[in-house]
Amino acid sequence: MADRYQVAVIGSGPAGASAGARAAELGLKHILLEKADHLSDTIYKYQKGKFVMATPDILPLRSSLIFQAGRREEVLKAWDDGTAKCKTNVRYGAEVKAIKGQRGDFKITLTSGEVIEAETVVLAIGLQGNLRKLTAPGCDKPWIQYQLDDPEEYADETIIVIGGGDAGIENAIALAVQNTVVIVNREAEFARAKQGNLQLITKAIEDGKIECFSSTEVERGEDDALVLRTKDGEARVKCDRVIARLGADPPRSFVEACGVVFPSKDRAALPELSATYESNVPGLYIVGALAGYPLIKQAMNQGYEVIHTIAGKPVPPADEDLLKKKIAKLGDVAVDDVVRTIQENVPILSGLTALQLRELLLEGTVHVPEAGDVIFRRNDYTNTFFVIVEGAVDVQLDPNDPTFACLLGMGQFFGEMGLLSGRRRTATVVASERSILLEIPRRTMIKLVNSVASVKRDLDEAAMARQIQNNFAPNLTPGDLGDTLKAAQIVKFRAGDYLFKEGEKGDSVHLIRTGSVTVSRRIGGRDIVLSYVPAGHYVGEMALMTNAPRSATVRAAVATETIKLEGAAFMALLDRSPDLRQRVEAVLEQRLMSNVRMEGRPDSGNIIQFLIDQGVGEATDVLLIDESLCVRCDNCEKACAETHGGTSRLNREAGPTYASVHVPTSCRHCEHPHCMSDCPADAIHRSPNGEVFIDDKCIGCGNCERNCPYGVIHLAYPAPEKPGLLAWLLWGAGHGPGQDKHNHDHAPDAKKLAVKCDMCKGIEGGPSCVRSCPTGAAIRVKPEEFFALASFKS
Amino acid sequence: MNQSILVYRRFRYLKLALLLVLASVILYAFHQPMRVPNGGTWLGYTLGTIGVLLILWLMWFGIRKRRYGGGKVMLEDWLSAHVYLGIALIVVATLHTGFQFGWNVHTLAYALMMIVIASGVFGVYAYIRYPLLMTENRRGTTLDQMLAQMAELDRECRDAAMGLGDEINRYILASSQETRVGGSMWRQLSGRDASCPTHRALAQATGLAAKAQREEAAAMRRVVTVLQRKCDLVTRARRDVQIKAMLDVWLHIHVPLSFALLAALVAHVISVFFYW
Repeated sequence: MADRYQVAVIGSGPAGASAGARAAELGLKHILLEKADHLSDTIYKYQKGKFVMATPDILPLRSSLIFQAGRREEVLKAWDDGTAKCKTNVRYGAEVKAIKGQRGDFKITLTSGEVIEAETVVLAIGLQGNLRKLTAPGCDKPWIQYQLDDPEEYADETIIVIGGGDAGIENAIALAVQNTVVIVNREAEFARAKQGNLQLITKAIEDGKIECFSSTEVERGEDDALVLRTKDGEARVKCDRVIARLGADPPRSFVEACGVVFPSKDRAALPELSATYESNVPGLYIVGALAGYPLIKQAMNQGYEVIHTIAGKPVPPADEDLLKKKIAKLGDVAVDDVVRTIQENVPILSGLTALQLRELLLEGTVHVPEAGDVIFRRNDYTNTFFVIVEGAVDVQLDPNDPTFACLLGMGQFFGEMGLLSGRRRTATVVASERSILLEIPRRTMIKLVNSVASVKRDLDEAAMARQIQNNFAPNLTPGDLGDTLKAAQIVKFRAGDYLFKEGEKGDSVHLIRTGSVTVSRRIGGRDIVLSYVPAGHYVGEMALMTNAPRSATVRAAVATETIKLEGAAFMALLDRSPDLRQRVEAVLEQRLMSNVRMEGRPDSGNIIQFLIDQGVGEATDVLLIDESLCVRCDNCEKACAETHGGTSRLNREAGPTYASVHVPTSCRHCEHPHCMSDCPADAIHRSPNGEVFIDDKCIGCGNCERNCPYGVIHLAYPAPEKPGLLAWLLWGAGHGPGQDKHNHDHAPDAKKLAVKCDMCKGIEGGPSCVRSCPTGAAIRVKPEEFFALASFKS
Repeated sequence: MNQSILVYRRFRYLKLALLLVLASVILYAFHQPMRVPNGGTWLGYTLGTIGVLLILWLMWFGIRKRRYGGGKVMLEDWLSAHVYLGIALIVVATLHTGFQFGWNVHTLAYALMMIVIASGVFGVYAYIRYPLLMTENRRGTTLDQMLAQMAELDRECRDAAMGLGDEINRYILASSQETRVGGSMWRQLSGRDASCPTHRALAQATGLAAKAQREEAAAMRRVVTVLQRKCDLVTRARRDVQIKAMLDVWLHIHVPLSFALLAALVAHVISVFFYW
């Protein structure tokens, strides 16, 4: 007869170890089952010295174990020490095969055949699952391993890395520093890898640092070699070591076998849980990454909370106090009530669980504006998203006429335009009565859109309706737009794709939702660019209005999404509104005139095309240098270094030139910044004025440097302070003003951090590079101004 | 797009300078000194004081230029004003002298000032003339890229000449090892090298190519082509260095002589008061 425990915790990661420690402290009869011979296998397998983050910063830690951001070794040691101190009953090498039963009577079968009985089970096995292993014959050699602890441990070996995912690439690159590395990829390309890793491995292969076998499988293992089956036949590769990173079998099938139900077949679907993390199987609790909380601190808090629930001493969640502060403006109301109100009142968020909503509330901000308070103004560069929990707001579409507004009521949302297009706000929003608004940050919203299908669908549909309404039907209510919406769809284009070509039949208009396009015409056998049209405007009306074939070719300058509206529906809208017809005709006339002007000066078009080719189409503010004025004094670089910790963020000389317009290597503050896409520390932000900047949370991981297609971010040591002018002049102490713009000195314990242009945010007078140019050659330009610039230069 | 410092802000600082010049000239014309016009009259002192203040302000530009991120005024404003008011100084200071010159410290200060202004005027000329020439000459490459291309052409040339005679190989070796871009101030400014090993190698190769036999002729032609390309590059690189030198050289006179002027000016002012 096996022992019966009050609680069995399965998995000793952050959630499990925290639960085990709390169970020990509360004196519950417990057992912590871990299949490896050490705690927290996922983090144990991080590369040596990897920096472990403790996000979100604002969330307090509530656990019997200690955890703070630090190196992998420090984190693991703290947990080992804490587990020993609490006297957690850990059973290592205990891999669970099956869990049967429910509250009061669980039977946990281990792979050894042993059965453990428990009243409740806490499942904290994370998402790592079981590592896949090589199954080919002869692959049971001790020199074939499935993890890499410290790449520096190996030197002068020939190592085969198997696997084209991120883990395989990262290992291969780290090992290639002092070993001969061969990477084996089952696929033809590294399609699953992150963009940054893809660039690294492609470059390493091109430079001959790593040999690559693609579309290749392992045939068999021999005593000192692997035999590979490549697309050209068998290849025997002699090696000292094999590191196979084949991914893992997700734990979902195991969890389902325990009786837990998932709401959908979607791979990203999470098991449905109660507010106390209990699954549909009574007595079976799920916490940590498996429950949808991949962050260490959250997982540890949940481990603690779930044990309190089981022990019958429930505690409010760790974020309760923080959430109370967030909703303090609402007066004396319970957090749960607010969460429920949001869920009931706001359709776009109704598909979220209470736990997800709490998280959203934690990252968001609650506003309680009075009637007449401005929420944001047209041309602000904020990109947060707002939902109306109670009350109503006026969206003022016309800057000249505040009475021309569209009313949004309870449950609706706004601010999606800035979020989608990455551009300035297109309208001013004012509270029309006392309201309760929830403001959700860009990053949180993007995560939500990408992970919850219903949110994306609702957002896209509403945004489409609204954009059509704003541009073509301000006098109609959304209800009147039913037929129009049926004739509209969102179309995606890659950079360089054609929206339509000159001479084609004109059957639709395109409202540009994200990205930008160029309009060109073939004149004398050459494509002459006539104009550049950014997000928020439309193209294609000309052919419909004049009832003629397309008069010009329109191509996406960058990755672009448009709302394509059928021609008939568009014409029907015009027929319904004489005002609209007048406005569209005015735009048309302006465009015709400008096209004629541009056709006469093909050089302007060439300059626009040149700028687009440099990727300036996705910029919001770019530094250009007029080389007919630039005296190459490098004062811009010196000023940049002097105002930014000794390291210049711009390289004047590098970069192409056309018709004396030079695009130096310097940040363009992209609409959808590539650098922001994968910042683990969430250190990159866009300020209300549009500057994309890195704050002091940067950990120096280099992701942004790799992700930036324009090479404008680099890692640099903070520079030592410069001496005073006199100390430098009289005694030659250190570097003088303007000297050493690429700082090479640094303190011995200094850490390299990412640096990039912040457009001298916070410095009076604006960007130093422009202000310190003695001849006025350096200018900053917004895309809307390209046209004027090109006309001036040609 | 901005305009050059001369037309900056619709000649705002030109107008200011003209005003100053005009005022000085009118006052000078109507002034009736007791003896000959000189620095010792009230107008002389006034113009002298304006001149000293102007000189100090003009020299402050060197410090302002290095105050990165300081002040709201664009550096271009400063430079535009520096140019026009600096030139206006010619009139103000000359009227201050009352056209009295001699072999003394006073005239020394005046002469130094005129040299500084002249060098500055050349600077303005260089700033207007050379930037575009530099861009055109570079054709989208940087100097470092040109040097790298030269090294690449050297390798190509040596490969092509592998089977050819010792003589041409000696020239090619000299071309790759002894070709200099830049060097002394004079070399930089001249933009050429009369005894350029690459040009000599090309001349030699062209001569030999004419006489070459069938098998050699093909290799020789390749050598000539590569050397021709390198000559073009070397010429462009020297031109680049030359232009950069032109943009910089005047500062080597302008700045040190400004300090010499300051010293002479102090001597001038002290001596004037000493003999008062």
